[in-house]
Amino acid sequence: MAHTSVGSAEQYNYAIIKKFAIMALIWGVIGMSVGTYIASELAFPFLNFDIPYITFGRLRPVHTTLVIFGFGGSALFATSYYIVQRTCQTRLWSDFLANFTFWGWQVGVAGGALSYMLGYSQGREYAEFEWPLDIAIAVVWVAYFLVYVQTLRRRSQPHIYVANWFFMAFILATALLHIFNNLAVPVGLFTLKSYSLFSGAQDAMTQWWYGHNAVGFFLTAAFLGMMYYFVPKQAGRPVYSYRLSIIHFWALIFLYMWVGTHHLHWTAIPDWTSTLAATFSILLLMPSWGGMINGIMTLSGAWDKMRTDPIMLFLITSLSFYGMSTFEGPMMALKSVNALSHYTDWTIGHVHSGALGWVAMVSFGSFYHLIPRLYDTKIYSVKLIYVHFWLATIGIVLYITSMWVSGIGQGLLLRAFDDYGNLAYTFVESVSFMHIPLMVRALGGAFFVSGILTMAFNVTMTITAAKREQAAIEAKIAAKMANA
Amino acid sequence: MIKHESIETNAGLLIILTLFVISIGGLVEIVPLFYINDTVEEVKTADGHDAVRPYTPLEQAGRDIYIREGCYLCHSQMIRPFRDEALRYGHYSLAAESQYGHPFQWGSKRTGPDLARVGGKYSNAWHVQHLKAPRSVVPESIMPNYPWLLENDLNYSGIAENLKALKMTGVPYSLTKEEYDANVKRFGADVAKTLDINKAEDNLMAQAAKGDYDGNPNKLSEMDALVAYLQVLGTMVDFSQYDESYFVNFR
Repeated sequence: MAHTSVGSAEQYNYAIIKKFAIMALIWGVIGMSVGTYIASELAFPFLNFDIPYITFGRLRPVHTTLVIFGFGGSALFATSYYIVQRTCQTRLWSDFLANFTFWGWQVGVAGGALSYMLGYSQGREYAEFEWPLDIAIAVVWVAYFLVYVQTLRRRSQPHIYVANWFFMAFILATALLHIFNNLAVPVGLFTLKSYSLFSGAQDAMTQWWYGHNAVGFFLTAAFLGMMYYFVPKQAGRPVYSYRLSIIHFWALIFLYMWVGTHHLHWTAIPDWTSTLAATFSILLLMPSWGGMINGIMTLSGAWDKMRTDPIMLFLITSLSFYGMSTFEGPMMALKSVNALSHYTDWTIGHVHSGALGWVAMVSFGSFYHLIPRLYDTKIYSVKLIYVHFWLATIGIVLYITSMWVSGIGQGLLLRAFDDYGNLAYTFVESVSFMHIPLMVRALGGAFFVSGILTMAFNVTMTITAAKREQAAIEAKIAAKMANA
Repeated sequence: MIKHESIETNAGLLIILTLFVISIGGLVEIVPLFYINDTVEEVKTADGHDAVRPYTPLEQAGRDIYIREGCYLCHSQMIRPFRDEALRYGHYSLAAESQYGHPFQWGSKRTGPDLARVGGKYSNAWHVQHLKAPRSVVPESIMPNYPWLLENDLNYSGIAENLKALKMTGVPYSLTKEEYDANVKRFGADVAKTLDINKAEDNLMAQAAKGDYDGNPNKLSEMDALVAYLQVLGTMVDFSQYDESYFVNFR
């Protein structure tokens, strides 16, 4: 990973990275704001305002799509295009196709969000895109694969750096999952409506094989790729263990594909699939923690950076949340724990400890490292990075703890019996109980959104300053040329 | 022995090995379910017909609205075999009961209660009032109001096309005489009539007129369809006919 001069614009295609990075922030702000809004709808239902387009049911897929595919996806495109160029020391293959992935992806995400608000949805979580968008996304994905592989093939280094293995696995797995989970029969060529090819139990298995691996590959493997580049770079140290990275890579991608069925414990699927999924979920703890340890220990010998470098604070905190949520996950995948946690807010809290704590935090840290380098300048305000860090961290803590209270509380209320063996509480009593935790959750979301808004401001000021500097230099050169 | 270095220096090998490793889990867990007959229980009525039938055109139209509004994001349709769920919702759900659900709507979250057996629990009038203004009947509810369901006319012009698409996925709606006769054998004559795509529109209007689910006989609203769907949920299997241990064999 020997770096030549930073910001060599002709050597590398930075324009595409800038575009994706900026869109990641824009989708992040919108998607997280929508999340905070729907969280508020649950605390204060009048916020649905009797408007079909903004009811919880229609906005929830808008939130998940914008944050997973809009924010997360664009962040992955940006960082993977950066990493593959830097570690292969070659320019990204095909500017045209790279641009195609940009516009295709943005149109797909925006089209999805609008179509859900209008009531077009496949009715599958995290795969709500209707069939024309699914096809468009598949085409974009093939272009992404081509750009990535061709760039890898043109590398000037014999070795493919570990970050690229993770990105490659993410690209391949996402293609596999996307295609098989979205098999559907469209009602007509000129309608968005379709019906899934599979039904009932088989459909549920396919959907959660997809659903959990959207987490496993989109939100984990790919972000580990991001981590494997930016943590060592920011720490100025090599990856802690090369061997560990090999073992945990293969173990992680093998095991993840087995565990989706833990979303279907105690449902109408064969028991053996459920047992297999629980077993593999426990095994998955090991490669997950392998990644966490490899990331955190990379800082070994440079721990002082935690005091002086807010970017390092983001990166190490993200790895800590990764470790926490990959411990919580296997625990919730135990059938006995799942009996209580399933169908409750505990799951929502768990997802967000991964999505906010790991995915968003590692992206923020990476972007604070990346963006000044893309624009060949310094960040506008280091202090604001600290502000962002604390807003985000407080937001996550409020979010997770309130969801533990709400989820575990509801689980316990619903299974409580009185002395005569009758149910002690009605369902709606558990809903009343959740009112305060739901308010606290929305507050946590508001903290997190104000954090990313702080970042958006900081980045805007950084880019503006960079452009001003650039213009000043150009003016100077022009003046010199005129004098000569 | 292969050294890992040979994978790290060969993009093609890396891709092939990765594809191999990520394919195994799905192949082992999912593919068999399409071939193991016990995955979906055999549930017959006393006269030997299939107990679980495809949705009528009106019910299917209601199901489409259920998906459009994202109901599955707050309501599950999957009762688990626990004592509290048995008391609260009824018999645990069978795979057979969702065999015609394209896509499945088991859900993953209960912000509201499970709906797998909500059919017949409340009157049509209660459902209409509850969907229009949930807090008028359940003050603590946090569900949005759905007043437009009563205002919107049900758009059923495409119902036959919808059923044809479902037929392509394997749901036994009938187009030909042979298919119709097969349905008579499998589900009985009364049910077979409702599965005839050629008469889908007529059947839809007839059921709405007869059931008058929205309480307004002069209007065929989206509410008619949605309530018709809700009222059939979980009602197809008569559990009093079976020994409890029968269904356990399939798990």
